Amino acid sequence: MTNTNSPTPAGSDATQGPVTRFLRATEIDTRLLGMVAALVLIWIGFHLYGALINGNGAFLTPRNLWNLSVQTASIGIMATGMVLVIVTRNIDLSVGSVLGFTAMIMALMQSRWLPHVFELGSPVIWITAALTGLLMGAAIGAFHGYLIAYARIPAFIVTLGGLLVWRGAAFLVARGETISPLDSTFVLIGGGPYGSVGATGSWIICALACAAVLWMIVSGRKSRQDHGFAQRPVWADTFLSALGCGIIIGATLLMNAYPWPKGIVKDYAAKNNITVPEEGLFISHGFAIPVLVLVAVAILMTILSTRTRFGRYVFAIGGNPEAAELAGINTRWMTVKLYALMGLLTGLSAVVASARLNSATNALGTFDELYVIAAAVIGGTSLAGGVGTIYGAILGALVMQSLQSGMVLIGFDAAIQQMVVGGVLVLAVWLDILYRRNAK
Amino acid sequence: MTDTKGTPLVEMRDISISFGGIKAVDHVSIDLQPGEVVGLLGHNGAGKSTLIKCLSGAYQADAGEILINGEKVTIRNPRDARTHNIETIYQTLALADNLTAASNLFLGRELVTPLGMVDDSRMEAETRKIMGRLNPNFRKFNVPVSALSGGQRQSVAIARAVYFNAKILIMDEPTAALGPHETQMVAELIQELKREGLGIFLIEHDIHAVMELCDRAVVMKNGQRVGTVNVKDVTDDDILGMIILGKKPPQAY
Repeated sequence: MTNTNSPTPAGSDATQGPVTRFLRATEIDTRLLGMVAALVLIWIGFHLYGALINGNGAFLTPRNLWNLSVQTASIGIMATGMVLVIVTRNIDLSVGSVLGFTAMIMALMQSRWLPHVFELGSPVIWITAALTGLLMGAAIGAFHGYLIAYARIPAFIVTLGGLLVWRGAAFLVARGETISPLDSTFVLIGGGPYGSVGATGSWIICALACAAVLWMIVSGRKSRQDHGFAQRPVWADTFLSALGCGIIIGATLLMNAYPWPKGIVKDYAAKNNITVPEEGLFISHGFAIPVLVLVAVAILMTILSTRTRFGRYVFAIGGNPEAAELAGINTRWMTVKLYALMGLLTGLSAVVASARLNSATNALGTFDELYVIAAAVIGGTSLAGGVGTIYGAILGALVMQSLQSGMVLIGFDAAIQQMVVGGVLVLAVWLDILYRRNAK
Repeated sequence: MTDTKGTPLVEMRDISISFGGIKAVDHVSIDLQPGEVVGLLGHNGAGKSTLIKCLSGAYQADAGEILINGEKVTIRNPRDARTHNIETIYQTLALADNLTAASNLFLGRELVTPLGMVDDSRMEAETRKIMGRLNPNFRKFNVPVSALSGGQRQSVAIARAVYFNAKILIMDEPTAALGPHETQMVAELIQELKREGLGIFLIEHDIHAVMELCDRAVVMKNGQRVGTVNVKDVTDDDILGMIILGKKPPQAY
């Protein structure tokens, strides 16, 4: 096998413009570019609207963007699973209710049940509660998957039923009460000044992430060389490395630019016997823990979907269920595993969401299923199955959350917010259909 | 000519399968020797695809038994069939359109790295090798198979069956969607595989292809076997008579 066997990515395109050539050489997905562009437009739009109409451009500030990152975490975590569910031509409408139910169980364990058994503040409490939440989510998901795969009830019906059942169950276990407060270590998973890793921690993560980007590019080159496949041009790889590291460093600078509020600083200083100087103490938030959870989930889910048999089978089932079956894939068991995974991620999302609020309410997670599905679909997951990416879903979640918190920031009515979000979803699917039609 | 040879590679005895009261296959027995091509003929709905799907694991027979090399086997699903070195090229090709040629070729049998991750580079390299043999003009390794032509898709499906050292190959109308050049390519491939000692079941409508490629032909009608003939001993009119009228010529058994 030699290079002559395959056209080099940048080989036969002397007639193409520089932009096309650039995209080819770097192998950047044009869809991805479109989504990033849409996100940038939304951000600038909200900022300018705030600056010009309200006289206060609050969107593009470290504080708002930090909050945005935390708010995106819960939806983003679930969206990574929803991508795979939709890729197999299924749907899960129950995630919001399952989130509410598992959050309620975890809250009850922390504030009512476990303190009778263990000492209050013991780490056993929050760890047991969190693990129970994850397992319960996975078990509920597996049960839904079983009904879909083996009892042959359509996914739409099973999870629509789940949407009602688990919301009702969440009400029943706590009789509609709000359960608060949660374990003080548990709430760190939800973010906040203490639930962030600070400036030094953020720089360490930044360095690790940059190293990972460089390693991926270098090992990618090596793998292509080993098998005699065409290489990307060196300048393209250099550009991609610089871009990746640039984004990571930029995000780190941004997160570190948001200081702790004065009250928290005073509180912290008093506890640690630090004298606060006259001009105040600048303590950076850095990356919030829920954001790091989301990043870890995104990396693991990307590996799962692109580098494992499980992921390959998910896409094969989405592309042609009959072919997958004939290739010896146990499609029913795959469905059970996939819904269990979705449930597990929902449980994790419940940890993040309830920890952020330091409570579990009966309404927690209401409408989340719609935001999660919208995030996946805006992120390029095809409802016809077979197509979707994890990074797309997270960008989609960021778009949804940007719209929502942007509208809150500039003072739109809740009613208008709903209408805009609904409209954007329909618009995104329409654009997706147009894009695919042109791509053919 | 083959009845007196040693143990058949495959023997399907008295296979019956029905769907909702309709007997799709009704007590049919067929066999296959190594290095032999057996044609399965009949109208649409005669039961030939259904019969053969009992061998490839897509269906399970209600009654009857399957013997491979004289030993009784149970084939419950396509995985069981694969463990007996039975490979099938389906009429629909059974390709996942959103995946690349390499992913389709190795679907269900991915090559993995020591860490258990799918090894896409190695699978692509292997795919390039086998495609270089089967269809040297094939270049589209990095695109989903939905972007391939009918002939290219067919060669991916064939490569999948050939790559894994099949002993028994089932081809369900392999040339139905192909042009003359590609049909010729498939014919040559069948001859080559036959020389290598594979047994091939060929489901085919084109009577000339059957006369050219097959050693024996089994004709089915309404789920039952009309008869089996040595292709050398009969004319195409004899076979057509069996297919259309269910009339058994004297040479048939």
